[in-house]
Amino acid sequence: MTRSFMGLRSVIAGAALIAATVSWAVEAAADIKIGSVLAVTGRASFLGDPEDKTLRMYVERINAAGGLLGQKIELVVYDSAGDAAKARTFATRLIEEDGIIAMVGGSSTGETMAMIPLFEEAKIPFISLAGGIVIIEPVKPYTFKTPHTDRMACQKIYGDMTARGISKIGLISGSGGFGKSMRKQCLSAAKANGIEVLADETYGPKDNDMTPQLTNIRNTAGVQAVLNPGFGQGPAIVTANFKQLSIDVPLYQSHGVASRKYIELAGDASEGVRLPASALLVAENLPDDDPQKSIVVNYKKAYEAKWNEPVSTFGGHAYDGLFILAEAIKRANSLEPGKIRDEIENTKGFMGTAGLVNMSASDHLGLDLTAFRMLEIAKGEWTLVK
Amino acid sequence: MAALRQPRTGGLLVLAAIIAVLPFLLPNAYYFDVVILVGINALVVVGLNLLIGYAGQISLGHAGFFGLGAYASAVLPARFDIPPLAALVLGAIGVGLLAVVIGRPILRLKGHYLAVATLGMGLLIFMLLSNEQDLTGGPDGMAVQRLTILGYKLHGVHTWYWIVGGALLTGTWLALNLIDSPTGRALRALHDSEIAAQVNGVDVVRHKLTVFVISAVFASLAGSLSAHYSGFITPNSAGFLHSIELVTMVVLGGMGSTFGGIVGAAVLTALPQFLTVFHEYEHAALGLIMMVCMIYLRDGLLPSLRQRLHWRRS
Amino acid sequence: MSEFLQFLFSGITIGAVYAMVALGFTIIYSASDVINFAQGEFVMLGGMCTVFLAAAGVPLPIAALLAIVITAGVGAALCKLAIEQARGASVVALIIITIGASVFLRGIAQVVFDKQLHRLPAFSGEQPILIGGATLLPQSLWVLGGAGVIVIALHRFFRRTLFGKAILAAAQNRQAARLVGININLVMLSSFALSAAIGALAGILVTPITLTSYDVGTMLALKGFAAAMLGGMGNPVGAIVGGLLVGVAEAMGAGYISSDYKDAAAFLIILAVLSFLPQGLLGARIRERV
Repeated sequence: MTRSFMGLRSVIAGAALIAATVSWAVEAAADIKIGSVLAVTGRASFLGDPEDKTLRMYVERINAAGGLLGQKIELVVYDSAGDAAKARTFATRLIEEDGIIAMVGGSSTGETMAMIPLFEEAKIPFISLAGGIVIIEPVKPYTFKTPHTDRMACQKIYGDMTARGISKIGLISGSGGFGKSMRKQCLSAAKANGIEVLADETYGPKDNDMTPQLTNIRNTAGVQAVLNPGFGQGPAIVTANFKQLSIDVPLYQSHGVASRKYIELAGDASEGVRLPASALLVAENLPDDDPQKSIVVNYKKAYEAKWNEPVSTFGGHAYDGLFILAEAIKRANSLEPGKIRDEIENTKGFMGTAGLVNMSASDHLGLDLTAFRMLEIAKGEWTLVK
Repeated sequence: MAALRQPRTGGLLVLAAIIAVLPFLLPNAYYFDVVILVGINALVVVGLNLLIGYAGQISLGHAGFFGLGAYASAVLPARFDIPPLAALVLGAIGVGLLAVVIGRPILRLKGHYLAVATLGMGLLIFMLLSNEQDLTGGPDGMAVQRLTILGYKLHGVHTWYWIVGGALLTGTWLALNLIDSPTGRALRALHDSEIAAQVNGVDVVRHKLTVFVISAVFASLAGSLSAHYSGFITPNSAGFLHSIELVTMVVLGGMGSTFGGIVGAAVLTALPQFLTVFHEYEHAALGLIMMVCMIYLRDGLLPSLRQRLHWRRS
Repeated sequence: MSEFLQFLFSGITIGAVYAMVALGFTIIYSASDVINFAQGEFVMLGGMCTVFLAAAGVPLPIAALLAIVITAGVGAALCKLAIEQARGASVVALIIITIGASVFLRGIAQVVFDKQLHRLPAFSGEQPILIGGATLLPQSLWVLGGAGVIVIALHRFFRRTLFGKAILAAAQNRQAARLVGININLVMLSSFALSAAIGALAGILVTPITLTSYDVGTMLALKGFAAAMLGGMGNPVGAIVGGLLVGVAEAMGAGYISSDYKDAAAFLIILAVLSFLPQGLLGARIRERV
């Protein structure tokens, strides 16, 4: 036999292998298919991991209680590892292959933005779990989101600063997606809120020492407080370095570090740090007449009992997304994506872990500033700032 | 049949046949999407294989060129009103020039040093793309305009399937021609022993540089195609892990086997899609493939398979 | 002035870690001509093993010791199962093997351990020490001290012990070393174990300051490599000097110029050294096998 024929054979063998895997994934089911693409692994896994766990847990519960409209929910989750390109491919897969009727997912703004065009084109409702304001501004018909925007976080922080008589601040932001986006929002929101940013430093997402940047901020005359937008290891190291340099102005963190892990990593240095977050972190400390109390306490207890790890606000975003969708499906009394979309947009008075949601045709988030609570870390615990 | 007996022409025909037949086997747009991604990666790998497989020079920074191409196609039309097709060409020219400038000093380096220099180059490009937020949208990435040719907007997986298929076929044909050219022969000499090649009057640096630039341009074009196809890009496309994946595709398919590289790209692109249940082990598997291939399958998947079949028949 | 001192402290603390990683590169390169791109993963393993052993109730010093032993074992396994098997492979093949090992170890670590960040308590308190208006953490002294002890111990090992001399001999000329009866395989094996142990120690010492997670290795390996290259590949003193220089350059760059491109400093150094000074500051000539 000729040599070329061998080449031909092996190439065909390869093609056959691909074709075989292609035909394998098809299966029939009459369930309600809901899709999700989350950063379960990778750098943003602290977002995707609790989101994934929350979705699985509550879909199980809804099914155990009889499902929706008498049908069971089938949840399809893919791991994007935080990669926007992968997220886009998985979104195609959810739409084309799995035939989902709605989507709750997208851990980061980058992933979400990459997936939006696909869902808009396929006319399938998409509830994002990412923070960026670009997701819902301008409003896109099929795109919604549950977490507060970074601009709201800046406004909340500035409000608290103003109340304490602070008007000149230093900014040190992470150069990851979250930090960059929030830095931009905080800079542009500063003036309107009567805040002047005197120093503006950054650090890389894998940096492990921020004393040089903080030294520069300390040496900037007139800085009354320091604000650190970022998530992951950066804020913990900033907090530790902040204490090492004995900078004696208040330190503000963002909602990006609203998890128990932050206190654990930053240790004693986190005493007195303030940050805006949802009520979830202080669930038990809420006054009994707080309308949000029962929701957040129940979610927190359920999550911690099931997964044996502290609850984080990120999982809460997934909880909100899933239940906004579930209620919309009930109201629509239909599995038609278009009708579900209309009902999501009609969400009114929904109480979630992030706060009270009132959506409209011009507001696909539906949260206001009151949904954010200002917290302070005292004796290693979150406390409500009165 | 004479043409078929020429392994290269035969292979090209097989590739063309697969590209022609595949659309009839793919059930829906998702599979088209995966195959298009395979095609885009394969285009980079065909170029990279010239560098690694034929010239024996490693690059751990080719995702950087891919990313630059992708961002040229995203940034130039969005911020400077340059038509997308012109942006694609400008990107490729720019990346080619950059490769000349960078290639000159670093291609004098050997082995490990070249690996680290290319790696550093890739990381600098990655840093540039994620730090220059006003231009590139930062780490969250940016949207890309549709590619328009003669006023016709290209969209839909079927259109893109044929574009990428055509690009891959053309790229492979160019690469095969290059291998048969004097440059190709000089390269193979260089791969075996650089000093021997030099002694025999081969202009080593020039040939290395030629291949480096060609492979960079391939990567840039593939990056542009991928940007227009997916409509959204992030700096991750220029990241270290992507560079590693590209090298692994070359290695898995077989260094110096152009068609092997395409098989490598197909396997490594498609595999994670079918193993989503085991996504936690994806990186461990990637690392293991790299090690096992280099230790036990040094020729790569396709050449090893071919050899085995031959051996059995004789 | 106090700010300069602060940048300097910051630079030498991180620089000492780069230096220990660079030492690891240097030892393996001397013994086997392999550049081990998985060197950063040794640092990660040291930190992560200690964190998880300590969390399981093992007292910190014993956990640290165990972590070093485990990591040394991983290093030896890497040599035995991968590098030795690939005897005669080209440089490109060896690069791909060690990168594969690095990706593999990272992938395994995220499954065996987890994907979270972790820290260890500082060994002797967190009260900063005030020097000339700048502050230094006690843990930084541990890191610097650790690097110093390793250098002295290595120096003694290479000059005073027969085995150390055997490694040096193998580095000079493998063929000749084999002829005089040196067991090259054993030399390679121990060089991998030794440099893994050094990496692990660095990881343990620095975790209270920089935190650790399954993916800290890549950047450290790159910076360490830049340091080794700057100092001159295969030169232990050069590795230390190179590490400190890279660390200080980064801190000064972040403090005085811009923190946006802090990580770029190391790579610009790599490219500059490779282009203009291929032997490094203190290096021997790059040897090349035909």
